[in-house]
Amino acid sequence: MADSTLDAKGLNCPLPILRAKKALKGMSNGQVLAIEATDPGSAKDFESFCVQTGNELIKASESNGVFYYEIKKKG
Amino acid sequence: MAEQKKLAIIATKGTLDFAYPPLILATTAAALDYEVTIFWTFYGLQVVKKERDLKISPLGNPAMPMPIPMPVLVQSLPGMEAMATVMMKQKMASKGVASIDSLLEMAIESDVKMIACQMTVDLFDFKHSELIDGLEFAGAARFFEIAQDADITLFI
Repeated sequence: MADSTLDAKGLNCPLPILRAKKALKGMSNGQVLAIEATDPGSAKDFESFCVQTGNELIKASESNGVFYYEIKKKG
Repeated sequence: MAEQKKLAIIATKGTLDFAYPPLILATTAAALDYEVTIFWTFYGLQVVKKERDLKISPLGNPAMPMPIPMPVLVQSLPGMEAMATVMMKQKMASKGVASIDSLLEMAIESDVKMIACQMTVDLFDFKHSELIDGLEFAGAARFFEIAQDADITLFI
Protein backbone atom coordinates (compact mmCIF):
# COMPACT_ATOMS: atom_id res chain seq x y z
CA MET A 1 0.00 0.00 0.00
CA ALA A 2 1.40 3.35 -1.03
CA ASP A 3 1.85 6.16 1.48
CA SER A 4 1.25 8.82 -1.13
CA THR A 5 -0.01 8.98 -4.70
CA LEU A 6 0.82 11.21 -7.65
CA ASP A 7 -1.38 11.64 -10.70
CA ALA A 8 0.96 12.55 -13.56
CA LYS A 9 -1.44 11.50 -16.32
CA GLY A 10 -1.43 13.84 -19.32
CA LEU A 11 1.92 15.35 -18.36
CA ASN A 12 4.91 15.14 -20.65
CA CYS A 13 8.67 15.01 -20.09
CA PRO A 14 10.13 16.18 -17.74
CA LEU A 15 7.05 16.94 -15.61
CA PRO A 16 6.33 13.42 -14.26
CA ILE A 17 9.91 13.21 -12.94
CA LEU A 18 9.84 16.74 -11.49
CA ARG A 19 6.49 16.13 -9.77
CA ALA A 20 7.71 12.79 -8.40
CA LYS A 21 10.86 14.41 -7.03
CA LYS A 22 8.76 17.08 -5.32
CA ALA A 23 6.37 14.49 -3.87
CA LEU A 24 9.25 12.37 -2.52
CA LYS A 25 10.76 15.43 -0.89
CA GLY A 26 7.75 15.72 1.40
CA MET A 27 7.85 12.04 2.40
CA SER A 28 9.79 10.08 5.02
CA ASN A 29 12.53 7.56 4.25
CA GLY A 30 11.14 4.12 3.42
CA GLN A 31 7.71 5.45 2.44
CA VAL A 32 6.23 4.47 -0.93
CA LEU A 33 5.03 6.86 -3.63
CA ALA A 34 2.57 5.52 -6.22
CA ILE A 35 2.58 7.27 -9.60
CA GLU A 36 0.25 7.10 -12.56
CA ALA A 37 1.50 8.49 -15.88
CA THR A 38 0.61 8.38 -19.56
CA ASP A 39 3.96 9.51 -21.00
CA PRO A 40 5.43 6.37 -22.64
CA GLY A 41 8.92 7.81 -22.07
CA SER A 42 8.30 7.70 -18.33
CA ALA A 43 9.02 3.94 -18.23
CA LYS A 44 12.73 4.39 -18.94
CA ASP A 45 12.86 7.75 -17.18
CA PHE A 46 11.63 6.46 -13.82
CA GLU A 47 14.12 3.58 -14.04
CA SER A 48 16.95 6.06 -14.67
CA PHE A 49 15.64 8.42 -12.00
CA CYS A 50 15.78 5.66 -9.39
CA VAL A 51 19.21 4.39 -10.49
CA GLN A 52 20.64 7.89 -10.13
CA THR A 53 18.88 9.04 -6.97
CA GLY A 54 19.11 5.79 -4.99
CA ASN A 55 15.34 5.51 -4.56
CA GLU A 56 13.94 2.06 -5.23
CA LEU A 57 11.57 1.31 -8.09
CA ILE A 58 9.56 -1.50 -6.52
CA LYS A 59 6.85 -1.73 -9.15
CA ALA A 60 6.42 -0.74 -12.79
CA SER A 61 3.49 -1.84 -14.91
CA GLU A 62 1.27 -0.67 -17.74
CA SER A 63 -2.37 -1.16 -18.53
CA ASN A 64 -4.43 0.52 -21.27
CA GLY A 65 -1.85 3.23 -21.84
CA VAL A 66 -1.54 4.13 -18.16
CA PHE A 67 1.81 3.46 -16.54
CA TYR A 68 1.90 2.66 -12.84
CA TYR A 69 5.00 2.95 -10.67
CA GLU A 70 5.79 2.53 -7.01
CA ILE A 71 8.93 4.19 -5.71
CA LYS A 72 10.29 3.57 -2.22
CA LYS A 73 12.13 6.57 -0.85
CA LYS A 74 15.73 5.69 -0.02
CA GLY A 75 16.91 5.38 3.55
CA MET B 1 27.37 10.06 0.47
CA ALA B 2 28.95 10.50 -2.96
CA GLU B 3 29.94 14.01 -3.91
CA GLN B 4 27.17 15.96 -5.62
CA LYS B 5 27.42 15.89 -9.42
CA LYS B 6 27.53 19.16 -11.29
CA LEU B 7 26.06 20.29 -14.61
CA ALA B 8 27.01 23.51 -16.40
CA ILE B 9 24.98 24.74 -19.37
CA ILE B 10 25.60 27.62 -21.74
CA ALA B 11 22.23 28.72 -23.18
CA THR B 12 22.56 30.89 -26.27
CA LYS B 13 19.17 30.77 -27.95
CA GLY B 14 16.09 32.90 -27.42
CA THR B 15 13.29 31.36 -29.45
CA LEU B 16 10.35 29.56 -27.86
CA ASP B 17 11.49 26.14 -29.08
CA PHE B 18 15.13 26.51 -28.09
CA ALA B 19 14.28 27.88 -24.65
CA TYR B 20 13.19 24.33 -23.80
CA PRO B 21 16.38 22.23 -23.92
CA PRO B 22 18.36 24.15 -21.26
CA LEU B 23 15.36 24.34 -18.93
CA ILE B 24 14.28 20.72 -19.37
CA LEU B 25 17.82 19.49 -18.79
CA ALA B 26 18.45 21.84 -15.87
CA THR B 27 15.24 20.96 -13.99
CA THR B 28 15.71 17.24 -14.62
CA ALA B 29 19.32 17.30 -13.48
CA ALA B 30 18.24 19.18 -10.35
CA ALA B 31 15.67 16.43 -9.72
CA LEU B 32 18.54 13.94 -10.02
CA ASP B 33 20.34 15.88 -7.29
CA TYR B 34 22.83 17.65 -9.54
CA GLU B 35 24.08 21.11 -8.72
CA VAL B 36 23.13 23.02 -11.88
CA THR B 37 24.33 26.29 -13.36
CA ILE B 38 22.99 27.95 -16.52
CA PHE B 39 25.04 30.68 -18.15
CA TRP B 40 22.60 32.74 -20.25
CA THR B 41 24.32 34.53 -23.08
CA PHE B 42 23.39 36.30 -26.33
CA TYR B 43 19.77 35.52 -27.28
CA GLY B 44 19.50 33.20 -24.30
CA LEU B 45 19.05 36.30 -22.16
CA GLN B 46 15.56 36.71 -23.67
CA VAL B 47 14.50 33.65 -21.69
CA VAL B 48 15.34 35.30 -18.36
CA LYS B 49 13.69 38.64 -19.04
CA LYS B 50 10.87 39.50 -16.65
CA GLU B 51 8.63 40.37 -19.60
CA ARG B 52 9.53 37.61 -21.95
CA ASP B 53 7.84 37.27 -25.31
CA LEU B 54 9.42 34.22 -26.90
CA LYS B 55 8.40 33.40 -30.42
CA ILE B 56 8.89 30.62 -32.87
CA SER B 57 9.44 31.14 -36.58
CA PRO B 58 8.91 28.65 -39.39
CA LEU B 59 11.30 30.75 -41.50
CA GLY B 60 14.68 29.19 -42.03
CA ASN B 61 13.49 26.02 -40.35
CA PRO B 62 12.41 23.48 -42.96
CA ALA B 63 12.28 20.80 -40.24
CA MET B 64 9.32 22.43 -38.48
CA PRO B 65 6.20 20.30 -39.00
CA MET B 66 3.42 22.40 -40.55
CA PRO B 67 -0.29 21.59 -40.34
CA ILE B 68 -0.56 22.31 -44.07
CA PRO B 69 2.25 22.61 -46.63
CA MET B 70 3.24 26.26 -46.84
CA PRO B 71 5.55 27.97 -49.33
CA VAL B 72 8.44 29.88 -47.75
CA LEU B 73 7.16 33.13 -49.25
CA VAL B 74 3.85 32.68 -47.40
CA GLN B 75 5.73 31.95 -44.17
CA SER B 76 7.37 35.35 -44.43
CA LEU B 77 4.07 37.26 -44.47
CA PRO B 78 3.27 39.57 -41.54
CA GLY B 79 1.52 37.74 -38.74
CA MET B 80 2.84 34.32 -39.65
CA GLU B 81 5.35 34.27 -36.81
CA ALA B 82 2.66 35.22 -34.29
CA MET B 83 0.38 32.54 -35.69
CA ALA B 84 3.08 29.87 -35.56
CA THR B 85 3.82 30.88 -31.94
CA VAL B 86 0.17 30.64 -30.89
CA MET B 87 -0.22 27.27 -32.62
CA MET B 88 2.94 25.89 -31.02
CA LYS B 89 1.85 26.98 -27.55
CA GLN B 90 -1.57 25.38 -28.04
CA LYS B 91 0.03 22.18 -29.28
CA MET B 92 2.38 22.07 -26.31
CA ALA B 93 -0.41 22.65 -23.80
CA SER B 94 -2.52 19.91 -25.40
CA LYS B 95 0.38 17.45 -25.14
CA GLY B 96 1.06 18.20 -21.49
CA VAL B 97 4.36 19.96 -22.21
CA ALA B 98 5.22 22.51 -19.53
CA SER B 99 5.31 26.21 -20.43
CA ILE B 100 8.62 28.05 -20.37
CA ASP B 101 7.29 30.19 -17.51
CA SER B 102 6.61 27.16 -15.35
CA LEU B 103 9.88 25.40 -16.23
CA LEU B 104 11.79 28.54 -15.33
CA GLU B 105 9.89 28.76 -12.07
CA MET B 106 10.69 25.13 -11.31
CA ALA B 107 14.36 25.69 -12.14
CA ILE B 108 14.48 28.58 -9.67
CA GLU B 109 12.61 26.57 -7.05
CA SER B 110 15.13 23.75 -7.35
CA ASP B 111 18.05 26.12 -6.82
CA VAL B 112 19.41 26.13 -10.36
CA LYS B 113 22.09 28.80 -10.31
CA MET B 114 21.76 31.33 -13.14
CA ILE B 115 24.39 33.64 -14.52
CA ALA B 116 23.67 36.37 -17.07
CA CYS B 117 26.42 37.35 -19.47
CA GLN B 118 27.26 40.95 -18.61
CA MET B 119 28.78 41.57 -22.03
CA THR B 120 25.46 40.67 -23.72
CA VAL B 121 23.57 42.85 -21.24
CA ASP B 122 25.75 45.78 -22.39
CA LEU B 123 25.56 44.80 -26.05
CA PHE B 124 21.74 44.77 -26.14
CA ASP B 125 21.36 47.68 -23.69
CA PHE B 126 19.40 45.55 -21.23
CA LYS B 127 18.98 46.80 -17.69
CA HIS B 128 19.55 44.42 -14.81
CA SER B 129 16.05 45.36 -13.62
CA GLU B 130 14.56 43.97 -16.87
CA LEU B 131 15.87 40.51 -16.01
CA ILE B 132 14.51 38.12 -13.38
CA ASP B 133 15.75 38.46 -9.82
CA GLY B 134 18.50 36.24 -8.49
CA LEU B 135 20.81 36.35 -11.51
CA GLU B 136 24.53 36.74 -11.09
CA PHE B 137 26.17 39.00 -13.70
CA ALA B 138 29.54 37.80 -14.95
CA GLY B 139 31.63 36.85 -17.94
CA ALA B 140 33.45 33.98 -19.59
CA ALA B 141 36.05 33.60 -16.85
CA ARG B 142 33.26 32.95 -14.33
CA PHE B 143 31.83 30.26 -16.60
CA PHE B 144 35.17 28.45 -16.73
CA GLU B 145 35.46 28.55 -12.97
CA ILE B 146 32.18 26.61 -12.86
CA ALA B 147 32.80 24.40 -15.92
CA GLN B 148 36.21 23.16 -14.77
CA ASP B 149 34.48 21.69 -11.74
CA ALA B 150 31.45 20.28 -13.63
CA ASP B 151 30.88 16.63 -14.51
CA ILE B 152 28.84 17.60 -17.58
CA THR B 153 29.07 20.78 -19.67
CA LEU B 154 26.60 21.57 -22.45
CA PHE B 155 26.47 24.32 -25.04
CA ILE B 156 22.94 24.90 -26.29
